[in-house]
Amino acid sequence: MTSTTLKPKRSRASSGDALFSYVILGLALLILLVVLSYFVLLLSGGIQGLTASGISFITGTTWDPANGVYSAFPFIVGTFITAVAALILAIPLALASALFITEYAPRWLSEPVGYLVELLAAIPSVVYGLWGIFVLLPLVGKFQLWVYQKTGVPWTPSGYGVMTASILLAIMIIPFIASISRDVIRLVPNDQREAAYALGATKWEVIRTGILPYARAGIFGGIILGLGRAIGETLAVTMVIGNAYKIPSNPFAQGSTMSSIIASQFSEATDPRFVSSLVAIGLLMLVFSVVVNYVSSVVIRKLTPAGVRL
Amino acid sequence: MTVSSNAVPSARALSSKLSPARRLQNNLMLGLIVLGTLVVLLPLFLIFGYVLIRGFTAVIAGFPAFFTQLPKPIGEAGGGIAQAIVGSLIMLAIATVLASLIGIGGGIFLAEYAEHRLANLVRIMSDVLTGIPAIVVGLVVYVMLVQSKITGYSGLAGGIALGLIMVPIVVRATEEVLKLIPTTIREAGLALGLPRWKVILSIVLPSARSGIVTGLTLAVARVSGEAAPLIFTSLGNTFYSNSLVQNPMAALPLQIYEYSKSPAPEQVSLAWAGSLVLVFIIFVAGLIARIATRQR
Amino acid sequence: MPEILKTEDVFVYYGAKDAVRHVNLSFERNTVNALIGPSGCGKTTFLRAINRMHDLTPGARVTGKIILSGEDVYGPETDPVEIRKRIGMVFQKPNPFPTMSIFDNVVAGLKLAGERNRAKLGEVTERSLRQAALWDEVKDRLSAPGSSLSGGQQQRLCIARALAVEPEILLMDEPTSALDPQSTQRIEDLMTSLKNDVTIVIVTHNMQQAARVSDTTSFFLVGDMVEHGLTDQVFTSPKDDRTEAYITGRFG
Repeated sequence: MTSTTLKPKRSRASSGDALFSYVILGLALLILLVVLSYFVLLLSGGIQGLTASGISFITGTTWDPANGVYSAFPFIVGTFITAVAALILAIPLALASALFITEYAPRWLSEPVGYLVELLAAIPSVVYGLWGIFVLLPLVGKFQLWVYQKTGVPWTPSGYGVMTASILLAIMIIPFIASISRDVIRLVPNDQREAAYALGATKWEVIRTGILPYARAGIFGGIILGLGRAIGETLAVTMVIGNAYKIPSNPFAQGSTMSSIIASQFSEATDPRFVSSLVAIGLLMLVFSVVVNYVSSVVIRKLTPAGVRL
Repeated sequence: MTVSSNAVPSARALSSKLSPARRLQNNLMLGLIVLGTLVVLLPLFLIFGYVLIRGFTAVIAGFPAFFTQLPKPIGEAGGGIAQAIVGSLIMLAIATVLASLIGIGGGIFLAEYAEHRLANLVRIMSDVLTGIPAIVVGLVVYVMLVQSKITGYSGLAGGIALGLIMVPIVVRATEEVLKLIPTTIREAGLALGLPRWKVILSIVLPSARSGIVTGLTLAVARVSGEAAPLIFTSLGNTFYSNSLVQNPMAALPLQIYEYSKSPAPEQVSLAWAGSLVLVFIIFVAGLIARIATRQR
Repeated sequence: MPEILKTEDVFVYYGAKDAVRHVNLSFERNTVNALIGPSGCGKTTFLRAINRMHDLTPGARVTGKIILSGEDVYGPETDPVEIRKRIGMVFQKPNPFPTMSIFDNVVAGLKLAGERNRAKLGEVTERSLRQAALWDEVKDRLSAPGSSLSGGQQQRLCIARALAVEPEILLMDEPTSALDPQSTQRIEDLMTSLKNDVTIVIVTHNMQQAARVSDTTSFFLVGDMVEHGLTDQVFTSPKDDRTEAYITGRFG
């Protein structure tokens, strides 16, 4: 980047510069406009649904379009449950693969493995969903059936539901967490490792003492990225979660997330209030994602060790 | 030289005095990490395996009709998803134009005019955009263009939605690539008497061209698999659309989604075939981007 | 007089290339021993062989014997982790753990070894920080992050951290080359008092420093250990012409 102190002498050139910079500025400002318009448009589209339901839109637990009752709370819960479950599954696995690639594997192994993990990120959501329906779902169904038979819990083993959705989500977000973690772990200066070794630490202790604390801000950033993806993920979740309107009451239960309910109900939304309620859920998702984004940037700044540039 | 001998260390044997607990922990973590990595890789092979096998058999069985024909009604064998492939290509083209304009423009702004008082705000907003789910973008375009009847369900709306998703990716890639170009190159241009805008357009951008194209390619690959925003914008079609507006348009991921819900096994196998095509396109795009980056 | 460390015919290879050849040295307890020589002469490579840091470098190989208080550092029964508790190291650039407080930095090695007793940890922290001449400056802010200290203080913190595990030998790899003259002075003063507690082997490219602080000096050149002896003697009447050339500044 550069700030020029040369003043163009010819007026033609300086007007060319001015024109160009206005064009570029305009394009860049479009970005601001776009963000603003997201809020404005979703608000205008969703206002009818919001005002018609009032506060019960967020607090009520019934979604019953046939009777004109619209409450998004079950889906907020559904999003929360699947996202958290996915993170719990994904974080240790992603970190394990990141540590394997950076600290344990010899060079000839770490490159291909790294590439393979990144490939997971390239698979589109709808393909995950297709695989989810025809491969994962039957497997989870069998597992649930086994649990049901062995323990007699009063849950219906169908395969569809939050369990499959969470597992699928976990697989989808692992590469994001892993890839960022890999990058920040690589950036930890070697003398941090050596300092830990020189104190008489085992390899794992070096990772635990010298590497992970140093890289924690970046790893957290990767986790947030994964969280954002998990919250926004639509197709794959819709295809396996069962699309029930209630809050999931047990691990085998079906449910919906904010994104899956919009996707699955949209084609059935006939009256304007229905459509508007769906748009309002979209507005909720927008607000959530911006808040998560902001909070994460604050936390990352707090977690970054003093003097470290990530 | 005198040696003070009041510091005599206790005789400690050198053979392993590492406590068994520490050694166990060290080996346990090694095992867990290797195991975790294998667990991560397992679904990759499973998914690719299924897509390859089931997709390949479906494509071969339906070759070449798969690529050239329109879908047949349920119950009839054969048919293809030609309209979905064409629809995707059209909408991706629209998206690329939109994303290039705003994305490259934004990237140039952040890299070349970084001292501008709005630069930081633009960068933050672009970061905010990256985190916004695709379905939300689809809803926005729905309200803006479809519900308002400006374009109705259309390929144009779908392309715009995809383009908006691409914008922040392109902005970041462009900014990073431009920042890599040494300041001395810009200074050389200015020293030749070129105005700033010419330095950027004729000297800086061309040097960054391959990086920018790579960024665009990756962004396109990313959105080519997006179906969620298209549900509300282009809607999908079993026929070719005859116009960009007021006419729903099909797309590959949308078609796969539709077929995945179908009870008819021949449609499901078309879904697998479509998945293979989609994954293949994304994979190739990624390879091209990788090769391009390595050459620089 | 008991020798604490003895090396016999030590070679260090990086791949096929020998970076250090035929090193035969011995160090006595409670002495400061300097390794000097121009850049690339192998002094740091040799130093790092002593606490088996080359184990961490793929392709590096050490042959010969290094004997610590009678036992072979590279013996088949020997655990490098244990060695590194008995042979500590301070690095060229101060490298405290930035996410840890001063206190946690000092006791990091102890905690790894399993020490949990808070009283003991506190005791060791004070002792080590006093040994490193840092106690008075930080005793009121032990919970401040290690990275909040100045460069010279950070290096003394690293010294305290290394001393906390009570090593027999402290290896120092150009510990003052990244520091300002004042901090350098303080650390040099430190070494004179420290040698009562540990034996020090210090790599330095600063001859005057070697002359000031060390009891013995070894001169390395292109991988060979050319000359070794009492510092006074090496500096005033070197036996080898190459040593004399280096010391009088004809090269280096």
